[in-house]
Amino acid sequence: MSTALSTAEEIHAHDHDHDHEHEHHELGFIRKYIFSEDHKTIAKQYLISGILWAFIGGSLSIIFRLQLGFPDMTLEWLKPILGTWIDESGKLDKEFYLALVTMHGTIMVFFVLTAGLSGTFSNFLIPLQIGARDMASGFINMLSYWFFFVSSVVMFSSLFLETGPASGGWVIYPPLSALPQAMPGSGLGMTMWLISMTFFIVSSLMGGINYICTVINLRTRGMTFTRMPLTIWSFFFTAVLGLLSFPVLLSAALLLIFDRSFGTSFYLSEIYIQGQALPNVGGSPILYQHLFWFLGHPEVYIVLLPALGMTSEIIATNSRKPIFGYRAMIGSMMGITVLAFIVWAHHMFVTGMNPFLGSVFMFLTLIIAVPSAVKAFNYITTLWKGNIVFTPAMLFSIGLVSMFISGGVTGIILGNSALDINLHDTYFVVAHFHLVMGAASFFGLMAGVYHWFPKMFGRMMNKTLGYIHFWFTFVGVYMVFFPMHYIGIAGFPRRYYTFTALGNDGMAAFTNMNSFISIAAIITFTAQAFFAFNFFYSIFKGKKAPQNPWNSNTLEWTTPVNPGHGNWEGEIPAVYRWPYDYSKPGSASDFIPQNVPHSATPESNLPEENEEIAKEKDIEGLLGAQNESYNR
Amino acid sequence: MNFLIGLLSIVFFALSIAVIGKSMKLNKKLSGEDTDGYALDSANNVNAIGMLLFWLFGTIAGVWSFLHARPDFLPIAASEHGLKTDNMFWTSMAVVTFAFFISNTLLFFFAFKYRHDKNRKATFYPVNHKLELIWTVIPAIVMAILVFTGWRTWRDITSQAPSNAAVIELTGHQFGWYVRYAGVDDSQLGHINYKLIDDTNNLGIDFTDKNSFDDFTATELHLPKGQPVLLKIRAQDVLHSVYLPFHRVKMDAVPGMPTKFWFTPNMTTDEMRAKLGKPDFNFKLNCTEVCGRGHFGMSITVFVDEPEDYKKWVSEQKPFLATNPSYLDKVPANLKAKASKYIPAEPIATDSTGTEAVSVN
Repeated sequence: MSTALSTAEEIHAHDHDHDHEHEHHELGFIRKYIFSEDHKTIAKQYLISGILWAFIGGSLSIIFRLQLGFPDMTLEWLKPILGTWIDESGKLDKEFYLALVTMHGTIMVFFVLTAGLSGTFSNFLIPLQIGARDMASGFINMLSYWFFFVSSVVMFSSLFLETGPASGGWVIYPPLSALPQAMPGSGLGMTMWLISMTFFIVSSLMGGINYICTVINLRTRGMTFTRMPLTIWSFFFTAVLGLLSFPVLLSAALLLIFDRSFGTSFYLSEIYIQGQALPNVGGSPILYQHLFWFLGHPEVYIVLLPALGMTSEIIATNSRKPIFGYRAMIGSMMGITVLAFIVWAHHMFVTGMNPFLGSVFMFLTLIIAVPSAVKAFNYITTLWKGNIVFTPAMLFSIGLVSMFISGGVTGIILGNSALDINLHDTYFVVAHFHLVMGAASFFGLMAGVYHWFPKMFGRMMNKTLGYIHFWFTFVGVYMVFFPMHYIGIAGFPRRYYTFTALGNDGMAAFTNMNSFISIAAIITFTAQAFFAFNFFYSIFKGKKAPQNPWNSNTLEWTTPVNPGHGNWEGEIPAVYRWPYDYSKPGSASDFIPQNVPHSATPESNLPEENEEIAKEKDIEGLLGAQNESYNR
Repeated sequence: MNFLIGLLSIVFFALSIAVIGKSMKLNKKLSGEDTDGYALDSANNVNAIGMLLFWLFGTIAGVWSFLHARPDFLPIAASEHGLKTDNMFWTSMAVVTFAFFISNTLLFFFAFKYRHDKNRKATFYPVNHKLELIWTVIPAIVMAILVFTGWRTWRDITSQAPSNAAVIELTGHQFGWYVRYAGVDDSQLGHINYKLIDDTNNLGIDFTDKNSFDDFTATELHLPKGQPVLLKIRAQDVLHSVYLPFHRVKMDAVPGMPTKFWFTPNMTTDEMRAKLGKPDFNFKLNCTEVCGRGHFGMSITVFVDEPEDYKKWVSEQKPFLATNPSYLDKVPANLKAKASKYIPAEPIATDSTGTEAVSVN
């Protein structure tokens, strides 16, 4: 608490005599870059951790794609890295294959797309776009990152265990994950997975509370909820989703820890394994699945909503047009947020759950397609009659919309319980969620990085490398996941080391296609080097960024090019209008930032906006109260 | 190989865009028209054309690859409900492919058509309630129709099994399937108790239940054509999942919680062989819930027989008790007489399992 107080005082100091303070009020290296309480630094910490994790998670997938695409290939050359996970005949160990699949999923879903995406941009953009000096609690925010860091270290170390990391799939269904005798990965690897995820959940809860408090309490004067950029709305909903669903995952994990270590039977019943009948009776593996998917499904939206929010902003800016249906966009995100909590059991149609429950969840699941469709149509209409500037961020945003549509439509198939019978746990599902949640969110992440890089580092990323990166990734992702649907329709189950047991030449039928997918995956993954180089090079050597490189309306571009602690020198700007006044008729400029009062733009005001002029005094009148709140 | 060619051509397509982009940039630098501080550069048109080309090549690749992959899809469903769900799948697929194609087409065309032009200003068009309403209601109606048909089919599939269904028990374990039939005299499976599992009685059949006496086990799954089959599904150690791809049947096997699935096979193995022109074709049962090291290899062969062949096969099978007479000891005294019926007259002359059991004693 005292730290939070001192932060406020620091800001206060900045407020009044920032011109003197700035030079000699430097924090030490550790407080400035490591245990920093500044939301911008924490955001960068999340981003760089996320990028590192993405490369780790990606390379794991390349190893198992080698196995799937080239089942006869000898992987002897990987021995220096993988050691005994490559067996004497030069083949990938079968258990390690499952470990790779598991860790790829865990890393990508939680460490890249949750922490790397929401952690980075919620932290970075919430204070900057709503006009706040920092998060509600800088200290909790710092803790949030360091809990994530501990979680990362534990998860990363588990990769090097002799018995291997967790291997039961990223969903870690018990009893497989509960019984160390069922597979080696369910030993120490699983314990570490659970410890790591516990830290992760704590981290994301602390982050989420902070985001919600900040959005509700620290908006600058005039920033009403209906003037917030869609990015902020999406981060807000994401935080609400996380706050309500992650604790349920924690409870699932805790019960699993009890079953593993303390002899309880929450998930275990009537098990005979390795010649031994276990004493546990009365538990239910289905209980775990309910608890897991109660997080697991909202999790999909936790990774997707921030991406959708950021691309709304980017598409509007670069189409030089207001986002179409601002309120409908908020409404559909709200709808998605609510519905996300009541669709979880569509992951469980054929797990033995009561079929009546299956019918209920089918109805609810297909309802969620409606707000999603509205969002897609709104994006497309925003492009219509725009004046589109293809920045790398814009390209990735358009890519996101395409992926969101292409992956989303197959959700209508999978959400239908009768059709899910045959498609459940096949590559059709893999293709579906990689497009709609994996690739779409990844594209959102990339769009965000390209768009806000100048604000983060005060320098520009190289655009040409950005274009190359986009086209390789966009074409590549489609080449990987589009043909994968066919393999699913052909009934190939996921998490199979090889497909020989399908019999009937089933394996031979798709040998070429699997090789194709693997090659495409390798090329796509390699192309990320363009990004990595561009990113790290530009941090130090990029062209100096101008104040507002994309001519954008939102508040973050009113800060100095390299915003210091407290973000704005002097007063925080007031907000008088929504963030999407692009190409407004009558206005000479094709954008009017949010901090420009309507009284300054009589030529472009709509009739109802002239009434807003009278309220400007009220907004200004709040300045005292706002400063007061920082001084408390 | 075709795929590799396709891949390479697309890669080169991407590369060519990159090269054009690069040269454009050089061009711009040379001509010195650097629009400083503004996002626009001369690659804008290239990227716009890229959108169009992506749409074009993507459409061609999509159609071609579908036609290419189609012969390898699962053949026609070999069960009655499978025919229905297949039908529904392709209908839904047509609907969503239409939506997919239209919306992606609009996306790429708008991106191309409305690329930046310094002589034009974007249209300020923030909202249109009528449009919003239209594209809320239309998907809602389409969804409602899809859901309703899906729900009816789901309800039929998951309804109570007909009383004349052949009852077969499948038990998943690391890494294989045990098959148990309810026998010829009663169509009731005897109780199972996981604590009774031993090396021979690897299912844990409870011989205090008289329904167990005529139960027999098998290493492959035989199903009668045209007759409902009720699968009673169990797991011994971890989750498994029964997957009969050709019959469009899938249901998890859960330790401690028996599950079930009933369906009617409508095509014998021979008929499917003839249809596909593959004399060595066999139906398969696979596992689709990750269960450990041997998950991918956990399959058994499934035979669908004409009803009379099926009856014949069943009648040839010997009850578990007949092949393992030593388990007669576990039968309570009041049921011994009933159980003894299944024991062959000369126990010594039975198969090796029986003798083994005796010699151990």
